[in-house]
Amino acid sequence: MNSPVAAILPGRQGVLRRLADTLWRYPRLLLVLMLAPPVLWLGIIYLGSLAALLVQSFFSIDEFSGMINYQFTLKTYRELLIPANLDILVRTVSMALAVTLAAVVVAFPIAFYAARYARGKWKAAFYIGVMLPLWSSYLVKIYAWKLVLAKEGILNWIFAKLHLTWLLDAYLSLPLIGGNSLSVSYTGTFLVFLYVWLPFMILPLQAALERVPENLLEASADLGASSRQTFRHVIMPLALPGVIAGSIFTFSLTLGDYIIPQIIGSSRLFIGQAVYSHQGTAGNIPLAAAFAVVPIVIMGLYLWMAKRAGAFDAL
Amino acid sequence: MSTALQFAGVSRHYGAVKALDEVDLEVFEGEFFAMLGPSGSGKTTCLRLVAGFEQPTAGHIEIFGETAEGVPPFRRNVNTVFQDYALFPHLNVIDNVAYGLMIRGVGRAERYRSAEQALEMVALQGLGQRRAGELSGGQRQRVALARALINKPRVLLLDEPLGALDLKLREQMQEELKNLHRQLGITFIFVTHDQNEALSMADRVALFNDGKIVQVGTPQEIYRRPQSRFVADFVGSSNVLPPEFVAALVGERRWASLRPESIRLAASGGHQAKVIASSFLGGSTRLTLSVDSLRLQVMLPSVADIPAAGEEVRIDWDSRDMHLMENEA
Repeated sequence: MNSPVAAILPGRQGVLRRLADTLWRYPRLLLVLMLAPPVLWLGIIYLGSLAALLVQSFFSIDEFSGMINYQFTLKTYRELLIPANLDILVRTVSMALAVTLAAVVVAFPIAFYAARYARGKWKAAFYIGVMLPLWSSYLVKIYAWKLVLAKEGILNWIFAKLHLTWLLDAYLSLPLIGGNSLSVSYTGTFLVFLYVWLPFMILPLQAALERVPENLLEASADLGASSRQTFRHVIMPLALPGVIAGSIFTFSLTLGDYIIPQIIGSSRLFIGQAVYSHQGTAGNIPLAAAFAVVPIVIMGLYLWMAKRAGAFDAL
Repeated sequence: MSTALQFAGVSRHYGAVKALDEVDLEVFEGEFFAMLGPSGSGKTTCLRLVAGFEQPTAGHIEIFGETAEGVPPFRRNVNTVFQDYALFPHLNVIDNVAYGLMIRGVGRAERYRSAEQALEMVALQGLGQRRAGELSGGQRQRVALARALINKPRVLLLDEPLGALDLKLREQMQEELKNLHRQLGITFIFVTHDQNEALSMADRVALFNDGKIVQVGTPQEIYRRPQSRFVADFVGSSNVLPPEFVAALVGERRWASLRPESIRLAASGGHQAKVIASSFLGGSTRLTLSVDSLRLQVMLPSVADIPAAGEEVRIDWDSRDMHLMENEA
């Protein structure tokens, strides 16, 4: 009896097999098929609406009729620069800057520990710890913070128990950052922003630090650099892309958010709230659009400067 | 000759793993010293102890008479060329080379001048503005060398520096390293798993196995007079003759090593052997022979008439070439 011999080129049968073979022979076809849906989505839905928004900002509103005047004008942008609106821009950008800087400072040690020291169980604990806040609703977290920061809240209670109420009061009596209580001060807004966006800084920073090979740190030490010098001349520059990535998140999320400043803080407006009210009750779509363009321009400028400064050279 | 480096009973254990186990070692000033051994034999650990990246679990290390334990790498006048070069990716070549000077606070103009000189020494002048990623493997190797030498170390450590290069480049770099060593007159300590590299470059070789040094000596000593079967086998794939065989020849029951190139074909006398396999290596041909139950490697110059597999031949060797080994194991 002949034992059955496997064919060297077994015949193709079935539509699915044929399809698989075709895709194998034309890998570009596969790429196109895989990329088409997201590209269409991004291209049409997202970029398209962005363009529509941009166009809107070059229209103006007729003050008497409240109707949109579909004629190219920079009048709306001039309107952005009146003191009341300029205040909103400065307030928002300052807050975004403060939140971003603080996020870098707070996130760095956490990310550094996770990237260089945490192994196994501790690494899992790190990921869960960082992600856990993202699993609960954003609104729940904000209201929880309102309770923490309120005059009757736990923070005040702790200060009172420590006989440090005078310290808190002194802080709250400071101009600008103070207020009646933490929950109605800029400090409160800042703390909640910092808390809510922190994971978005930690994760990219940790990824960047993880990619710094151990032997670069050894080489630096070998060439005479103390730990502090190694940090400044090797770790910081190599972590910079991670800092930039994280700051893009924290900065743009703060620029665009309209819920946190509404619930916690003084009742003065941020860009997001201005956009919200202008496109809603006020019906001033062009001004809302112009406000919305500001974060885009700022982020563009920021990335351009980061690139010029060489932040992405090590990528 | 003064002592550059002294190990006294040095161990480095990782839990139950004894990466280095009670090693004694002395390296003299100005020596080109090779640490040779298979991977995991402890040679790299030894180098890292000298650099200061590791601290010994037990024992005492002296560098130029000073105690080295507890001294961090950045306070040792010792520099390292890393296995995969470890060039800083965010700096260009000149800043990589000048890094050690920058750390010491040397002004920009002066450190660039020194770095340019260092690049000249490794034949890379004018490439200072390139990024490390734009260089070939050989060039990166030279940058790493220039960077390590700019601090004028008294000991230069090289961790498998030629491992990633192709053969031709490796041979060229071997020559250049030797020249550099002559020129600078400082101590070079070189880690490699390549016995040819160790034999051709070093003044002395320490052969490592299982966290211990099994033999230290000049390349000639190590090659001609291996003290144990491991050394004979690792350095130059020697024929190891068992005690019974040796006893029949010289009356002493000892293990012996016999280099493949010491065996010659004989017209008469010697031993009857059968050719099992033959492989042509260019300048020479390697035969595998069987003598009774023993397998022998023989290296013949390719100019001779090479017997084919299956042929019966007679072989002989000078009894002086058969080296009786001290160690039983």
